Amino acid sequence: MAEAARAKPKPTPETQHFWDGTKAGELRLQRCDACANVYFPPRPFCPSCASRKVSVFKASGKGKLYSYVINHRPAAPGFTPPYAIAVVELDEGPRMMSNIVDCPQTPEALVLDMKLEVAFEKLDDKITLPNFRPAKG
Amino acid sequence: MRRNAVAVVGAAETTELGVIPNMSQIQLHADAALNAIADAGLKLSDIDGFATAVESPQQVCHYLGIKPTWVDGTSVGGCSFMLHVRHAAAAIEAGLCKTVLITHAESGKSMIGKLPRSIPADSLQGQFEAPFGVYGPPSMFPIPVLRFMKTYGVTHEQLASVAVVQREWAAKNPRASMKDPITVADVLNSRMIAYPFRLLQCCLVTDGGGALILTSADRAKDFPRKPVYILGTGESVETPMVSQMETFNSSRAFKVAGPLAFKEAGIAHKDVDHLMIYDAFAHLPLYGLGDLGFMPYEETGKFIADGNTRPGGKLPLNTNGGGLSYMHSGMYGMYALQESVRQMRGIAPAQVNDAKISVCHGVGGMFAASGTIIFTNEK
Repeated sequence: MAEAARAKPKPTPETQHFWDGTKAGELRLQRCDACANVYFPPRPFCPSCASRKVSVFKASGKGKLYSYVINHRPAAPGFTPPYAIAVVELDEGPRMMSNIVDCPQTPEALVLDMKLEVAFEKLDDKITLPNFRPAKG
Repeated sequence: MRRNAVAVVGAAETTELGVIPNMSQIQLHADAALNAIADAGLKLSDIDGFATAVESPQQVCHYLGIKPTWVDGTSVGGCSFMLHVRHAAAAIEAGLCKTVLITHAESGKSMIGKLPRSIPADSLQGQFEAPFGVYGPPSMFPIPVLRFMKTYGVTHEQLASVAVVQREWAAKNPRASMKDPITVADVLNSRMIAYPFRLLQCCLVTDGGGALILTSADRAKDFPRKPVYILGTGESVETPMVSQMETFNSSRAFKVAGPLAFKEAGIAHKDVDHLMIYDAFAHLPLYGLGDLGFMPYEETGKFIADGNTRPGGKLPLNTNGGGLSYMHSGMYGMYALQESVRQMRGIAPAQVNDAKISVCHGVGGMFAASGTIIFTNEK
């Protein structure tokens, strides 16, 4: 029996711009043209004021470590435990789940509020994931 | 909703709890339902309202032979049954039905006839959480806790004490799955599951079920059991994605549902004799104590570690042993409700003396939903 594969995102019409962005090396967020609210995950209207006039923009890719677990078991298919599942607070405001790379997966190395920057990981020709790593400098 | 207008007149769990390899999930529903019907001295044909979660109402109604005029299939995770109680009380008050049966059952351990749960790859969870290695509740539910600990100065030892105190309650309960005493050191030395949580800070995985029967308070006095009245109720939802909670320092769904129930009940926190806070993992009682307004968040860990919620303490909490030690089939809310009803009837294995008001607070998903029911045995 084939080993179960890592869960892979399947874009929808409303999220395609995000996945096109990661493929192009950009972390894309949306901003409401009416109330300036920046939000995630993607949708073609503002979840704060309901305006349909929203714009996609390239985010800084910078953020900080908001919280995490270090998962030991059970491990998701395609992952080798222990691995951290993190929530990153982006400088623009929204938070997103991610993995922290180029960093030991230990409580000592993973310090809350540490500065992070996006690090893209190409899974295949369609999907590139936004991981994060400790910010340089 | 009017206070004390509706009462629980039947309540029962499945005949067995724990590992039940000889029953499918649908039969566990029936076992719990038949026990509750017997408890209330009713016949199945007396039931004209029905609610359940995960399984569809039509599935369970057909299996039991019930012909309802009101159904509720609200399915928002483990607190669905708190929402069913709230909706049933409103339906009875509105005259849509007279006698409501609410069932829960789950073959969580033996997995016989259990519906598959999967996350579609094109859902928001499938796109923005699943690819990062979340795999079941232990990898997701504890994600907020490190932030909560940092914000409020909660310690690993305090979070370990939640499991220790609940094991003390479980030791008094013959039906609890885990009864042997444990120490904070035992908890902190148990197998790591998802840092910072270890095995003894994660809920059990068991088989079982439970059922409740509600009717109007006017009719309730004619039933064999002491009626347990619905004094206040609340509900809310936030997000199915734990990463998208407004904050990890509290639960928005808890903060809506809990205070709504207190306001409806017209009670103060000092009036609460008995408290259940759904404990899928050890941090939930801390969130619950804070979000329901019992105390500042900074005090919640110390409050439990100091023994205030243990047998003989001033705020008895999770007196059946909770999801950590009593049982947890996957959707524990029904068992919290059953314990509140037992306490209000005065028949709990670890009975709180003279308890008159019980608050039962549930969570669904990973802080995704919430329901709060406040019971009383005095009208």
